[in-house]
Amino acid sequence: MNFDELFGHLGQHTVDGLSKGAIYALVALGYTLVYGVLKLINFAHSEVFMVGTFAVLGTWTALGATSNPSFGMMILFLLAGLVAGAVASGATAVGVELIAYRRLRRMNAPPLIFLITAIGLSLVLSEAFGLWQGRLIKGMPTIVEREILFTIGNTEVTNTQLLTIVSALVMMVLLDVFINRTRYGRGVRAVAQNPDTAALMGVNKDRVILLIFLLGGLLAGAAALLYNVRYGNTRFNVGFLLGLKAFTAAVLGGIGNLRGALLGGLLLGVVEVYAATLLTSSWEDVAAFTVLVVVLLFRPTGLLGESLGRARA
Amino acid sequence: MRRNYVRALGAVGLATAMLAAAGCQDSGGSTTDASGSSCGKIAIFGAFTGPNAGLVLPSLNGAKMAVKQHNAANPDCQVTLQEFDTQGNADQATPIANQVAQDQSFTSVIGGHFSGESKATMPIYEAAGLVMVSPSATAAELTKAGNKSFHRVVGNDSTQAAAAVTYIKDTLKSQKVFLIDDGQTYGVGIIGEVKTGLGALAVNSDKVQTDQQNFDATISKIKSSGADLIAYGGYTNEAAPLLKQARAAGVTAKFLGFDGLYDPGFPAGAGEAAVGAIVTCPCLPAAEAGGTFSADYQKEFGQAPGSYGAEGYDGATILLEGYKAGKKTRADLLAWVDAYDKQGVSKYLKFDETGDVDKSKVVIWSYEVKAGGAIEPLSEIKLS
Repeated sequence: MNFDELFGHLGQHTVDGLSKGAIYALVALGYTLVYGVLKLINFAHSEVFMVGTFAVLGTWTALGATSNPSFGMMILFLLAGLVAGAVASGATAVGVELIAYRRLRRMNAPPLIFLITAIGLSLVLSEAFGLWQGRLIKGMPTIVEREILFTIGNTEVTNTQLLTIVSALVMMVLLDVFINRTRYGRGVRAVAQNPDTAALMGVNKDRVILLIFLLGGLLAGAAALLYNVRYGNTRFNVGFLLGLKAFTAAVLGGIGNLRGALLGGLLLGVVEVYAATLLTSSWEDVAAFTVLVVVLLFRPTGLLGESLGRARA
Repeated sequence: MRRNYVRALGAVGLATAMLAAAGCQDSGGSTTDASGSSCGKIAIFGAFTGPNAGLVLPSLNGAKMAVKQHNAANPDCQVTLQEFDTQGNADQATPIANQVAQDQSFTSVIGGHFSGESKATMPIYEAAGLVMVSPSATAAELTKAGNKSFHRVVGNDSTQAAAAVTYIKDTLKSQKVFLIDDGQTYGVGIIGEVKTGLGALAVNSDKVQTDQQNFDATISKIKSSGADLIAYGGYTNEAAPLLKQARAAGVTAKFLGFDGLYDPGFPAGAGEAAVGAIVTCPCLPAAEAGGTFSADYQKEFGQAPGSYGAEGYDGATILLEGYKAGKKTRADLLAWVDAYDKQGVSKYLKFDETGDVDKSKVVIWSYEVKAGGAIEPLSEIKLS
């Protein structure tokens, strides 16, 4: 037990954990959106994220990106990457809905069937990328050179960490405003509360469902860009573990609850870094899932409860 | 809701199992010439696809080349080499081992290439009386369990670790070493040996896990320890992102890996961060290999033999000479390998009673990753 290291640099480990958790949170939003509306866990979402990382990498390669570009080029690469990631992930998410779910829903298939098609499609996507792109880990240029922006005590906050955390918060707030303040958001909440009544009131259910898949995909695309900027690697199975963690984060915060996904993601990131520091990195999953089990024992609906449709409608 | 969650986790487990099972069925093509009369079949298994395949493919190529040369020279004794892809995973290697053991047409085995898959399958092959010749499984424990079937044409990790310790102390002159392993058979074994050898020079350590993506906690520990050298026991899949993140975070300590990182995928994955990384390997640089091996390999595959190309060739040659000498049963081939005593291309090949290659003949080299990603030999590490 390395308490000296943990408490000696507590601030540093917290920032590290938050920036790690921010990516979980962005992916978790995709799980939670779909669950909130359809009561369905979209296991193919991890591959929606994976496709995004490859789209960003492909765009950078096509643009001839090299490490440490000039400031103007860096902005260009980031924007191009964001567009590519969001388009690819969004399209994949919409494709998943159209191919794997829509027909089943019309046929009133039991929930387990959705789960199987989701896992099937997830394997199809990840194995197809494994065959197409090879199974080796793929490195990519360092687009944003790490710099220490400011130091508080012995805590160093870097540009990539700040970028990740701030982007996650901004996207979370935008999504929250979209769901709670706009006309489309009202449709989403209505379908989440009661799909049949919403349909009777003139809400186009299928369009709303397509919209939430698209939103989840766009956020996963943004997460893919942040992941590539921060880690500079991807591989065909990158989504598997990260998707599982993001799903855990969604459950931890209260699946179906947008703010819960953010809270769960950040909390999970911090817990993992603390555990890895206190013991070794191989303990981070034990710690993360222990926290999950303990939280669910006391709050079966997660920290903030399930609430996409219900509260503050 | 909770039931859904339970179901979901169950389904994830199922998915993992399916993934693993899918991998098992990849038994690849075979190098064969059906004309001439058959002398027997060799099974070769290892990570021919998957994230660590770069380390193993040269050995597979070396073995293929040996078989091809043998078949061309001996039309009356054709040998078939059949590939079984394990992706380096012990869980996938086990069903393959059972399949090979039950198929009486297989009379010898080349593999495993990694220590974990070797350890998992050794008892199965031993029970079936099949001889195993491994080109690259180096964990010290493999030859300590009294297994009769396992042989390897490389030095083990005790020897490699001793050489690495010598190199760290005498050549790098490091004062503070940070040790990392990946929790697997090979990584834990070699880092354990290095730790013992370094004594007080080893200042701190960490364990990472397979497919880990974020190494912030490890990097913080490296920084706090003030280490001037990181020694990493494991493979590319985790080492490449770890090193990349460490360099990005401003860690300037030297990086030393073992033969698990003598893999073109390592510099490819880590990019510029890998430049200057040192890798030790009980494998001979291609240019030093005996005979026409290096030139033949270059001609056959259009590239220089990488890690364990010569060892793969040697492993196959030992078996092929057995077939040529009329050994056609599993028992005869096992006895043949036990008694083998001859110069190979990578080193002099003779096994002691544990299945280790004669320790006085083991060669260990240091390599360095150059800008552009080439892994070039530095020098042979002489054990003092």
